[in-house]
Amino acid sequence: MSAIEWITQVLEVALALAAAPVFLGWLNQCRAWLQNRRAPSLWLPYRNLRKLFHKEAVIAENASPLFRIAPYVVFGAMALAAGIIPSMGTQLPLVVSADAIALVGLFAAARMFMTLAAMDVGTAFGTLGARREMMVGFLAEPALLMVIFVASMLSSSTALPVITRNLASGHLGLSPGLAFSAVAFVLVLLAENARIPVDNPATHLELTMIHEAMVLEYSARHLALIEWAAQLKLFNYVCIGFALFLPWGVARAQIGPLGLLVAIPALAAKLAAAGAGLALIETVSAKMRVMRIPEFLASAFLFAVLGLLVHVLLGA
Amino acid sequence: MLLVGCVALLLGWTAIGLAGLLRPRSVVLSGRVLFPLGALLGFALAVLAGASLLGGGIERLVLPLGLPGLPAHLRLDPLSSAFLVLLGAASGGISLFAGGYFRAGEGAAPGLLCLQYHLFLASMGLVLLADDAYSFLVAWEAMALSSYFLVTTQHRLAEIRRAGFLYLLMAHVGAICLLLAFGVLQGGSGLFTFAAMRAAHLSPGWAAAAFLLALLGFGAKAGLVPLHVWLPEAHPAAPSPVSALMSGVMLKTAVYGVLRVGLDLLGHPVWWWGLAPLALGLLTIVYGALFAAVQTDMKRLLAYSSVENIGIAFTGVGLTMVFAGSGMPVVAALALLATLYHCLNHSFMKSLLFLGTGAVLHATGERNLGRLGGLMHRMPWVAWLTLVGTLAIAGLPPLNGFVSEWLLLQSFLFTDGLPHALVNLLIPMGAALVALGAALAGYVMVKFYGIIFLGQPREASLVHAHDCGWLERIGLLWLALGCVLLGLFPLQVIGALGAVTAELVGAVVPQASPHWWLLAPVPGRPVSYGPVVFLTATLAVVLMTVLIVRLTYRQRVRRAPAWDCGFGALTARMQDTAEGFGQPIRHIFQPFFEIERELPAPADRAPRYRIAIAERIWKLLYEPLVRAVERLANTVARVQQGRISVYLLYSFATLLVLLAVAMAS
Repeated sequence: MSAIEWITQVLEVALALAAAPVFLGWLNQCRAWLQNRRAPSLWLPYRNLRKLFHKEAVIAENASPLFRIAPYVVFGAMALAAGIIPSMGTQLPLVVSADAIALVGLFAAARMFMTLAAMDVGTAFGTLGARREMMVGFLAEPALLMVIFVASMLSSSTALPVITRNLASGHLGLSPGLAFSAVAFVLVLLAENARIPVDNPATHLELTMIHEAMVLEYSARHLALIEWAAQLKLFNYVCIGFALFLPWGVARAQIGPLGLLVAIPALAAKLAAAGAGLALIETVSAKMRVMRIPEFLASAFLFAVLGLLVHVLLGA
Repeated sequence: MLLVGCVALLLGWTAIGLAGLLRPRSVVLSGRVLFPLGALLGFALAVLAGASLLGGGIERLVLPLGLPGLPAHLRLDPLSSAFLVLLGAASGGISLFAGGYFRAGEGAAPGLLCLQYHLFLASMGLVLLADDAYSFLVAWEAMALSSYFLVTTQHRLAEIRRAGFLYLLMAHVGAICLLLAFGVLQGGSGLFTFAAMRAAHLSPGWAAAAFLLALLGFGAKAGLVPLHVWLPEAHPAAPSPVSALMSGVMLKTAVYGVLRVGLDLLGHPVWWWGLAPLALGLLTIVYGALFAAVQTDMKRLLAYSSVENIGIAFTGVGLTMVFAGSGMPVVAALALLATLYHCLNHSFMKSLLFLGTGAVLHATGERNLGRLGGLMHRMPWVAWLTLVGTLAIAGLPPLNGFVSEWLLLQSFLFTDGLPHALVNLLIPMGAALVALGAALAGYVMVKFYGIIFLGQPREASLVHAHDCGWLERIGLLWLALGCVLLGLFPLQVIGALGAVTAELVGAVVPQASPHWWLLAPVPGRPVSYGPVVFLTATLAVVLMTVLIVRLTYRQRVRRAPAWDCGFGALTARMQDTAEGFGQPIRHIFQPFFEIERELPAPADRAPRYRIAIAERIWKLLYEPLVRAVERLANTVARVQQGRISVYLLYSFATLLVLLAVAMAS
């Protein structure tokens, strides 16, 4: 484990921190174009974060320390997750200590702290949001794990970089098991990141909101951290998707300057395409009623299990 | 030598129990002296058994007790040492807590409780040490009886007597199965020592019968679906330290029993035997988690969560047997390790949670989740320590619950090497169920913790809740520390458990990494997990975030009333209740539950909403069973006339038949 590897490790996390808000900005821009609206600036998410960091924080009188710790834990978990996912290079020293199962565990930990914090103040909306978030989570989490399982069985490892390296060195095209998993993964991605068929990040309508209901009591720097963590989560999920289904372009050996020269443009191109794709999905689909969400997620889970079944059946 | 020490400690527990009778009404004697002393003996037992585990040797002892011709055989081998460590370490924390918990005026006298409690501990120790069927069953029954009396501590309440009866009934159904299993296992030799059973050659059919009987018998004690029905009744009825002991330790003796019979006494298992515990275990995981999610009583919720965790342990047992029977000893060792690790983890985290509910129960007098809330502010010690258990049992890294789940999922990944095509196909589906169960456990734990400790108090009386005493704090602290350490140093634990896997499946899980902090149990596959680095990295990132925010941010923090989207008049009643939080699960998995609902009509002056959730299993399985038994009993009862002349006639007829038989032969 050389120093250069740790430097690239830190670099990857830093790049994820920096790129996550832009990615959301890009997604919003694409969505606006598709909906014939004037697009907001690409840098709007940054400005929002900056604004929030400079406001006075207001905390409910009966909030416990857990409420104040949670944003830091959630943000930390997402930043750490960015270091485990091979978005640019596969030589990540941290991955030795945390494989894909630990990554799912990390997401689960973030969710748990978020929901507990939402229940902490004891408002109607907070508990409602926590309940719905756990409803989404308990189906999405095993689906994600099953998706990762198929890829793990293909590569005999649960470490994401090993999977990426293995898949990238194979022939072009998806194995049939992974194809089903890819469908499941997109559904999970939409649900976990509060995107449109499941949740609408743009409204505060009590009948539908999930993520926003949980963070209603947060303000200023705490809210900024949570928003940033949400953007990071979206970025991380998209990068997991790249690692599993579009592994090309990732630097497979030591990331030198040359590796970065390939990896960064490749990542940027993939992100641009993914942002446009997500915006398209969000434009053509409508928000579901909350009680339909379990069906949506159950189909994601079944697709993932089907992927596993197909993989085992065909042995490919 | 170590075995003698262990026996001496078990006798010490008995002596402590008897000492409680000296002054049965004295809380000071039992609580401040005897229970902490019992805890010390527990820690000593853990140390002795740990030394034996690390030594890896086998010790035997024959005591001149028991039946003529069958003295009590005792044996200390790695498997029993591992479970003795569990018993000693977990019971130490529970006993410390119990010292502060039992008070005068609550059910039985403290001295009597002290006797029953320590007899319970000693009999569990004897179950783990017994090396012949007779002493095993005597210890098993002593365990069942002493815990029965502990469950019915508050025997004046009819529902508690009912729960106690159900517990005793299931315990005896299980014991009958075990009796039969041992009867089969001796293989006609008439020798009831375990050594003779190991040497006996059973035909495959009889061996399978013995294993299935043992699975039924131990499954009834462990709470394997559909034999779990006593758990959600008995756990809430018992005082919390007893619930902790039953759930944390006693259920594991059943796992011990299945391992002992399936992998030791029966010798080399046939692979398809493992399918039974595997299938039942997977069913139990999902079933337990679903029912835990809809409970409204905090101890019932934990009881169902125990059912779920026992499912995980039995899934591991099943996988171990499938792999061991298919000639894959290293993977079998991995699955066995996951099982043992999960047992150890669960004994710490579930005890911690049950004791947490005990502290809440003492402080508030409430078991109903709908009347709790906001206790974080009133009982910070209990709340923060329980949080550790909550996160651990939800399987979050870097705590201990994650390690055993990680190991179990890793062993699922190896099924593609199995030589049986159909099983090969079905077992990965099991991984899906394990994952679903783990995610549901997270749901359950958010509900459990969020409703009890967070939010606003749902009742005015909760303002007077107080934190627990110092003995209780030490007990909780020890168990929480166990959860953290077991999570951070898996390699050391696995190294110690190596002797057990070597004994049972003839292989040790190799360590593919040279680092002390890195768990890499699979040679040739780049799979690893390093909890210490994981924790350090998480802490580093979080602290760095805090630091950066602190340094760059100049604004102050203001406290204000909760905003709640600007709706005024916020009351504590507007928070989710336990029913509300479980609603999505109830809705999605409706067919699983038997739901009885009473909805208010629009014109009701005093609207009332009532919902009762029951298990379908009562109507589908137990009620027909009870009816059949009753019919049978009634048929037999016709023979009982109550007139002496009729009975004399029976004797006469019997004599005639016997004479006829004797003449014929």
